[in-house]
Amino acid sequence: MSTERGRIRITGFDADRVESREPLSDWTEERDTETESRWERAWGEFRDNRSAMLGLYIVALMGILAVFARPVTIAGVTVQPFSLAPYDPSAILYVQGLDVSAYEAPSLAHPFGTDGSARDVFSRVLYGGRFSLSIGFIVVSITAAIGLVYGAIAGYYGGRIDEVMMRLLDLIFAFPGLLLALIIVAVLGKGYWELVLAFTVFGWAGYARLIRGEILKVKENEYVMAAKALGARDRRVIFRHVVPNAIAPLVVQASLSIGTVVIGVAALGFLGLGLPPGSAEWGTMLDATRETIVQGPGGTIPWWVTVFPGGAIFLFVMSMNLIGDGINDALNAQEGTDVATGGEV
Amino acid sequence: MSLLEVEDLTVNFYTEEGVVTAVDDLSFRIDRGEKFGVVGESGAGKSVTALSVMRLIEEPGRIESGTIRFDGQDLMELSDSAVRDVRGNDIAMIFQDAQTALNPVYTVGEQISEAIRHHLDYSDAEARDRTIRLLDDVGIPEPEARYDDYPHEFSGGMQQRAIIAMALSCDPELLIADEPTTALDVTIEAKILDRLDRLADEYDTAIQLITHDLGVIAEMCDRVMVMYAGRAVENAPVEELYYDPKHPYTVGLMSAIPRIGDRQDRLQTIPGTMPDLVEVPSGCSFHPRCPFAEEACTRKQPPLVDPETGDGVGLSDRSAACLAYTGDLDSELDYEVEVKGGRGSPPDDTQPDPRGGRTDTEPLQADSDPVGLDTDLLDRDGPDDSGGQQDG
Amino acid sequence: MGLRRFIAVRVLTTIPILFGVSVFTFAMVHLTPGDPIDQLVALNPQISAAEEAAIRARYGLDGPVWQQYFTWITNVLQGDFGTVINVDQPVGPYIMDRLPQTIALGLFGWVIALLIAIPTGIYAAVNKDTLGDDLSRVFALSGISLPNFWLGLMLILVFALWLDLWPVLAPNKPLFSPAMLKYLVLPGVTIGTASSATLMRVMRSSMAEEMNKEYVTAARAKGLPERTVVLKHVLRNSLISVTTIAAFLTASIFAGAVVVESVFAWPGLGRAFVKAISGREVDLIMAITLFTGVTIILANLLADIVYALLDPRIRYD
Ligand code: SF4
Repeated sequence: MSTERGRIRITGFDADRVESREPLSDWTEERDTETESRWERAWGEFRDNRSAMLGLYIVALMGILAVFARPVTIAGVTVQPFSLAPYDPSAILYVQGLDVSAYEAPSLAHPFGTDGSARDVFSRVLYGGRFSLSIGFIVVSITAAIGLVYGAIAGYYGGRIDEVMMRLLDLIFAFPGLLLALIIVAVLGKGYWELVLAFTVFGWAGYARLIRGEILKVKENEYVMAAKALGARDRRVIFRHVVPNAIAPLVVQASLSIGTVVIGVAALGFLGLGLPPGSAEWGTMLDATRETIVQGPGGTIPWWVTVFPGGAIFLFVMSMNLIGDGINDALNAQEGTDVATGGEV
Repeated sequence: MSLLEVEDLTVNFYTEEGVVTAVDDLSFRIDRGEKFGVVGESGAGKSVTALSVMRLIEEPGRIESGTIRFDGQDLMELSDSAVRDVRGNDIAMIFQDAQTALNPVYTVGEQISEAIRHHLDYSDAEARDRTIRLLDDVGIPEPEARYDDYPHEFSGGMQQRAIIAMALSCDPELLIADEPTTALDVTIEAKILDRLDRLADEYDTAIQLITHDLGVIAEMCDRVMVMYAGRAVENAPVEELYYDPKHPYTVGLMSAIPRIGDRQDRLQTIPGTMPDLVEVPSGCSFHPRCPFAEEACTRKQPPLVDPETGDGVGLSDRSAACLAYTGDLDSELDYEVEVKGGRGSPPDDTQPDPRGGRTDTEPLQADSDPVGLDTDLLDRDGPDDSGGQQDG
Repeated sequence: MGLRRFIAVRVLTTIPILFGVSVFTFAMVHLTPGDPIDQLVALNPQISAAEEAAIRARYGLDGPVWQQYFTWITNVLQGDFGTVINVDQPVGPYIMDRLPQTIALGLFGWVIALLIAIPTGIYAAVNKDTLGDDLSRVFALSGISLPNFWLGLMLILVFALWLDLWPVLAPNKPLFSPAMLKYLVLPGVTIGTASSATLMRVMRSSMAEEMNKEYVTAARAKGLPERTVVLKHVLRNSLISVTTIAAFLTASIFAGAVVVESVFAWPGLGRAFVKAISGREVDLIMAITLFTGVTIILANLLADIVYALLDPRIRYD
């Protein structure tokens, strides 16, 4: 070793040599070059999530059962001829000459028993999925779309516009959603589309707030600044650059909200403010039976009229929430810890 | 007996992508009062080494094997509560990013004195007094008033000082400083390092200084360990490492030091990046980036040997892990170390910034001050930091 | 800005929001195409147009909308909320009769939610990915998926009818007597379950997030016992995010009261609201809506103050 002290200079560490030579081994810096998109990777992540997949299967099954429960006729043409439900959900069976009375316990002929009007509960539960599922998905699609636009505008423009738009949101958040839905039903009356409206008119507020927050985060990104600097039109910047990046949390929120809407719809039905009495909607079915339970039984307790429709709601909402959690985990997993630096805490 | 002796330490992280061996069969020792540097790129396993010494490795990580003897006692064999008596008391840690290491919802003073109350059984008032003295020691002005401030009311440099005070609070024998100044700008960095250096002497504390910056090591340390991909590749007293680096990786780090007056067209940097540790290259893990690599390097993992004799060595002897020293290579490591200026040349007083060359192994930032190693690297006076208030 | 100033500013900004809430309430309800008078007329065709106009004037239902709002808000500020037409009773006393029932139920629900959620959330975050954590997650997920009216019916079915442990309906006793506590249990559990599940999920995820922060490692590196690390350092930080959903939870307990009171025939405001909706009792709907909005806004205010107490950073922004 040199005993000299002073300025050190090292020569001979020639990086070019590494770059120009043939690789010595087949080791490469990038392992399995992943070209899949973010969504493909998320789907892969989701598929590995057993409880989320279970939820997906249950929701799919309930959807199929609801569609195929009774034939579907559109403008006089039968587009779906199958009929999985053994009985007409609204048929009062003894009127049809069948040997069935009200509140019959579950049996092979009537797996979920019969209700107070001697209707087949199993058929009604299968068929009832049509109301809850369709209202759930319709409401969530519309509200998510409105919320997306509202939140994007507020977040992107900021300033005064944002201020005013956010104050309106504050007002909506000052009231529970169910209360607002009840008031709207009071205004519009009962019915299918009335229910959809009841949950749509203010239901978008949550999405709007979420999207606005995401937009504020994304807005500061360079590519958005760049697009703006290049003179791209506002609408184009919002929908080409800002929105796609804010969409992931929206999907999570939407999937988790379907359950909330379905419960809300059933709650209105239960309160007698949803669909007309006698409808095979899950909540409405519970409304028809609660008096018998609260007032106590005249002998046996017809538990099946309570357990099965409510159980259907619970099963569907639980499955939707499993899916929502799964989507959330799948989308978060990618932003999560980077394994390469996993060692450096 | 050394203060700390780590032998054959292996730490694995069980991640979804596979088992990451963050620290692989690592051995080193630190003497009482010694200042020991650990240098390497990020991901080399430096921080994991530090946390292992305090047994703070958490899921999904696990200390697989090895002994960690502190003061003759194997920490691996202690109960959890016995280890807690060592932590913060005998071994303390200075974290890289003071802002995240301080709990935002408690006052700075409380966060320092809680350790004092816990380990030294001080009363509230006594702990407060001691904390105020410590804050004063690390150069925080008006320590009495600042005691009740929250971390967000401190500047970055002040927060780092507070972290140092926290580490020193129970008069530890070993201070592990993990990149203590990386988050700070260069002038504050110099002041804080100097303060740390002097306090370590004053408190007679050994320091394990972890950094990716060779310049910081040059300023403070007695001995250095260079780490690459979880293993030690070179051990040397700091002076020898600088004037006579033995391992090609160290040579690469040294070549990457920018200096004033160089006519070279561009800086020699180490090509490529550190491998992620899920899949480490075979043989010598440095071979994909090493200009001197030969076919043999892909097959055989080089042991740490004495570069002169090629024999195995003890824990703190000069050593390097390259096949060139075990006779497995066909050609020589043909780099040269040129030293200009001659023996004992006086320090250049006109140099405005006393800091040594920054040898960031991370990509150089445009704003980093490429002051050269023109001044004598080792015999420099520390900067004056008597006030220590400029960054507050 | 100091804590006191923060609170003062926050209280002042609440005032315009309260005004907005009153306008919002009024506007919502006056979207109604028909009012009780229309119903009255429909039921009693013999009422003449002149009589109808007189009744409208009596209830302040003539004149342009803004004038009606002005009349209404002036009356409200003087404590006159109008009349429950069907029973011909002023709204104020009508609400005051039922309010304590709802408050008792809501508080009971809140307490249950907190008692279950906070410890379980802490336990789950500390013992992440153990059996206990998995169980608590299943519980939480079920909790947010259970329709409260069905949960109520099932509790009645199991505990009141099958096991015969509880009477289904509360007897007519003074609300605040120890005997009533028992009758609060079933509706209280029903109303608290969803909130407790939500709270638990938030608690667990925010605890887990905080546990990964470096200040936790730093606290451990100081040699503090794990209990201190979790209960002193981590808990306070995660409670910050819990306060942000407190107002939301208050709203959901209100919504829960509407349903749960109907299930258990609990004589509170929620049930009165459902009746008001079916009977189009405009004054009553408005009064309860306004009351709900104001309560939630105040709950928000309170949550923000607690937030500022917990998080010193917010006070200086
Ligand atoms: S063993 Fe080979 S690859 Fe490794 S440092 Fe030495 S020369 Fe380079």
